[in-house]
Amino acid sequence: MTAKAHPRTWSRPPLIQRTWLRWSLYGGALIYLALATASVEVNWLRVWEGLDRGLRFVQGFLVPDFTSRWGDILQGMEESLTMTVTATVVGVLISVPIGIGAARNIAPLPIYAVCRAIVALSRSFQEIIVAILFVAMFGFGPFAGFLTLSFATIGFLAKLLAEDIEDIDESQVEAIRATGAGWWQVVAYGIQPQVMPRLIGLSLYRLDINFRESAVIGIVGAGGIGATLNTAMDRYEYDSAAAILILIILIVMAAEYLSGFVRKWVQ
Amino acid sequence: MATQTFQRTWRRRSTRRELALWFGWLLLVALFVFCWQVMTENTIWMFVTDAPRQAADIGSRMFPPRWEYIPALLEPLWDTLNIATLGTLLALFMAVPVAFLAARNTTPSVRFVRPVALLIIVASRSINSLIWALLLVAVIGPGVLAGIVAIAFRSIGFVAKLLYEAIEEIDESQVEAISATGASKAQVMDYAVAPQILPAFAGITVFRWDINIRESTVLGLVGAGGLGLRLQESLNVLAWPQVTVIFILILITVLVSEWVSAKVRHAII
Repeated sequence: MTAKAHPRTWSRPPLIQRTWLRWSLYGGALIYLALATASVEVNWLRVWEGLDRGLRFVQGFLVPDFTSRWGDILQGMEESLTMTVTATVVGVLISVPIGIGAARNIAPLPIYAVCRAIVALSRSFQEIIVAILFVAMFGFGPFAGFLTLSFATIGFLAKLLAEDIEDIDESQVEAIRATGAGWWQVVAYGIQPQVMPRLIGLSLYRLDINFRESAVIGIVGAGGIGATLNTAMDRYEYDSAAAILILIILIVMAAEYLSGFVRKWVQ
Repeated sequence: MATQTFQRTWRRRSTRRELALWFGWLLLVALFVFCWQVMTENTIWMFVTDAPRQAADIGSRMFPPRWEYIPALLEPLWDTLNIATLGTLLALFMAVPVAFLAARNTTPSVRFVRPVALLIIVASRSINSLIWALLLVAVIGPGVLAGIVAIAFRSIGFVAKLLYEAIEEIDESQVEAISATGASKAQVMDYAVAPQILPAFAGITVFRWDINIRESTVLGLVGAGGLGLRLQESLNVLAWPQVTVIFILILITVLVSEWVSAKVRHAII
């Protein structure tokens, strides 16, 4: 038996096994980084001047001003919250049939294709772009925001619901089908109980996302707290802007806590 | 033996639970109607009923797309890619320490340090990158830098949250094995914790990069550079054929980035 010389020290195996690929990836990344950083134009003078504003903004956060724009903030919040609730409800109602249609195991191929196309269309455009179009069509205000959020909800929820339906336990469906149940009865008794907890969880999650998005689409005129925030920033009222941001963070935190609670209760 | 009377039909819930359920639905409907009323108080229905005509009008103005506009979009496109990529990198530098401070098993102090780290995560996550951009454009001036920092600030929360959850789920026996060899704290991190979270870390990074590409295409709307800047310019002068070209370019960029991220994640995991 010939004794093989074992290495005395151990070094970790590299993440990418092939040497040439590893080094060309590293080199490519380095070249890209150099090019990218070189093309970023920074006006350091402007940054230096802006630091003063940044400081004022931090001060605004420490001493937020809730009172002087309270009326505007209240109206913006009211629009945002109502927009969020209505858009989530309508979005969920529309996305349930589309989600069922987009699940390959229960929908026939033509319906599947149509529903998947709707999902892809809704997912590929961001809320803000959809909001621009809807504002142009329906005029300024929360109604355009409501439509935007509903549209965005469809893509999100229908896709996840469809994936969930595709992952269900088939034996339960088979058991229901063996009793001679029709398609509707299979959906109601074989599939619905399996996906309901997750559907409720996802809807609550989407409610949370919709609220966050409602704070953004106001920038392009679709109503809500975003419009108020934009105005406050334009007027350099950083203390009011800070107050709005703090309110947004608090509501998001509350919504997250609440949805965690409800999800625990549902499951 | 007393004969028990069984219910003839099967019911999923008891009467009380059923009533509670219906009551819950009723509350939801009431809430919806109430919100709908409040929301549409100031809606001018004339504009809404007019929408199909408006849509047809805009649609007719959007076509044909002005393809000659594409060369002018290449530089903003490069800027957009840079905003997303450099923003993601910048976010990683800040998110990794925050994640280690937030994870229950690696934080130096559960009482004091962890809440601060969690607060950073929540604050970063609740504010959309467009709002971050709005703030940063005011502070450091319009341009690509504001976009990069905005993307970075928004990504910290996302990356740190997913990463700290991954850290909390690691296999403790490996940590024990490494510390049993007499390794220092830093060595335990390097040889026991890091290898376990590295795949998750790479996956999260690519996932976030994909989202960031999506978001950086519109950051220009508030002045933070990239394609959105051109979009804003075109919208301001109602140059709808140019808007169409920008939309198509954004769509292609998003699809390509999604494809790349799916490929890379598939290769890693």
